[in-house]
Amino acid sequence: MVWNRHEYDDIPGTYVFDGKRANSGYALNRMAFSFNSEANRKEFAADMDAYCRKYGLSDEQREAVLNGEFLKLLHLGCNVYYLAKIAVFHGLNVQDAGAAFQGITADQFRQKLLDQSTGFQDRLQQEGGYWHG
Amino acid sequence: MAKIIGGLTTSHIPAVGNAMASKLEQDPYWKRFFDGYEPVKQWLDEVKPDLAIIVYNDHGLNFFLDKVPTFALGCADSYQNADEGWGIPASADVPGDAQFSWHLAESLIRQEFDMTTCQEMLVDHGFMVPMNLFWRQHEHWPLKAIPLAVNTVQHPLTSAARCYKLGKALRKAVESYPEDMKVVVIGTGGLSHQLQGERAGIIDVDFDLKCIDKIINDPQWMAELSNDYIMEKAGTEGIEVIMWMVMRGALADKVDVLHKHYHAPISNTGAGVLLLTDAQS
Ligand SMILES: [Fe+2]
Repeated sequence: MVWNRHEYDDIPGTYVFDGKRANSGYALNRMAFSFNSEANRKEFAADMDAYCRKYGLSDEQREAVLNGEFLKLLHLGCNVYYLAKIAVFHGLNVQDAGAAFQGITADQFRQKLLDQSTGFQDRLQQEGGYWHG
Repeated sequence: MAKIIGGLTTSHIPAVGNAMASKLEQDPYWKRFFDGYEPVKQWLDEVKPDLAIIVYNDHGLNFFLDKVPTFALGCADSYQNADEGWGIPASADVPGDAQFSWHLAESLIRQEFDMTTCQEMLVDHGFMVPMNLFWRQHEHWPLKAIPLAVNTVQHPLTSAARCYKLGKALRKAVESYPEDMKVVVIGTGGLSHQLQGERAGIIDVDFDLKCIDKIINDPQWMAELSNDYIMEKAGTEGIEVIMWMVMRGALADKVDVLHKHYHAPISNTGAGVLLLTDAQS
C-alpha cells in the first residue's frame, strides 16, 4: 500500500489536500463540518474534549484542536476551510491562522500581503485597459 | 432561444461578504475594490439578464468530504444560503429554474460532462458573495440563478482545460433551450492566494495579470497550464482560477472587454473583475 507521489508535494510550506490527507484527517474534518450547526457548536464549546472523543479524533488531533495548534492540524489532515471552522473557537479567522502557520503576528502577515502587492497600480497602467488603472 | 449575453468574473471570499454586511464599501481599505464593481452593476441593470449560471466551489457547506462531485449542477427552484459555522445571518433564498437546470443537465451529460444533479443544494459564500456583489442594490433578487459547483477543495481536481471545454458545452446547452432568456455566466474565485501552510499569504500580481490577459485573448494558453503549475504560482487556493475558464469557454473565441478591474490585496487574495461579451465585429 503506497500513496502516489505528486509534483505538488515539492512545493515548500504547502499541504495540498489530496486523498492521503483526506484519509488521515477524515474524523477531524467531519467534526469541523458539524460546526455548521449552532447546536453542535454549543455542545463542543461546553466540553471540547468530550466532543472530540465523540467524533473519534486521534489523541494527537484532539490535543491540536484543544490547543489551537493550527500547523499541526494541517499536518494531521485538517483541510484549511474546515480549519477555519475550528479557528472560530480560538477567536481567530483564516488570516490569523495564516500568521500562526508561520509563527508571525497577524499584522506581520497583513504587511506581507501588502508588500507583495506594492506597485500593482503601475503594473495595471503598463498593461493598459484597466478601470482606474 | 436562450442566449449567453455576457461573461463575468469575480472573487468570492467571505471577507468581501462580511464587508458588504458591515457596509464598508466606502472604507479606505475597501473603496477601490468595491468601486470596481459599479460599471458592471450598471451594465447588468441595463441589460437585465433573466438568469445567472454561477460557477463556484463549495467550501464545506453543502458537500462534506464524504462525497465530492467534480461537477455538480443545482436542479432546484430555490437555493438556500446557510450558516458555515461563523454564525453570520444567511442571505435571502435565491430563485432557481428547475426546468432550465434539467435541460442543462441533459445537454451536458449528452456532451459527456457527467454532472451530479442536485435537487437540494445549500449555497455557501462562493455563490452568495458574487450574488451580493452584483445585485445587493435590489430589494429582491432581480433574476434567477443556477449553481454549478466545481470541486477545487479535495484533490484530484479537474483542470483548466476541462473547465474550458465545459464552458463550450455549457454554451451549446444554453443555446438549445427553447425559451427566450438572457443568460450571464459568472466564473468566481481566485485569483492568487494561499490560505494554508508556512507558504500562506502569497500574492503574485504578475501571474494574476497574465491570467487575466490570457483568459481574454488566449484562453488556450491558460487551458494548457497544469494544476501543479497554477498552485506553485498562484497558491493552493489560487487554483480556483480554473473556474474562470468555464465562463470563458461559454463565450465566443473572440471577446470584447467591457470592463477589467484588479485590486490587491483583498484579505489574502488578488481580486479581479471582468465583464466580457462575444466580439461584436
Ligand atoms: Fe473560494
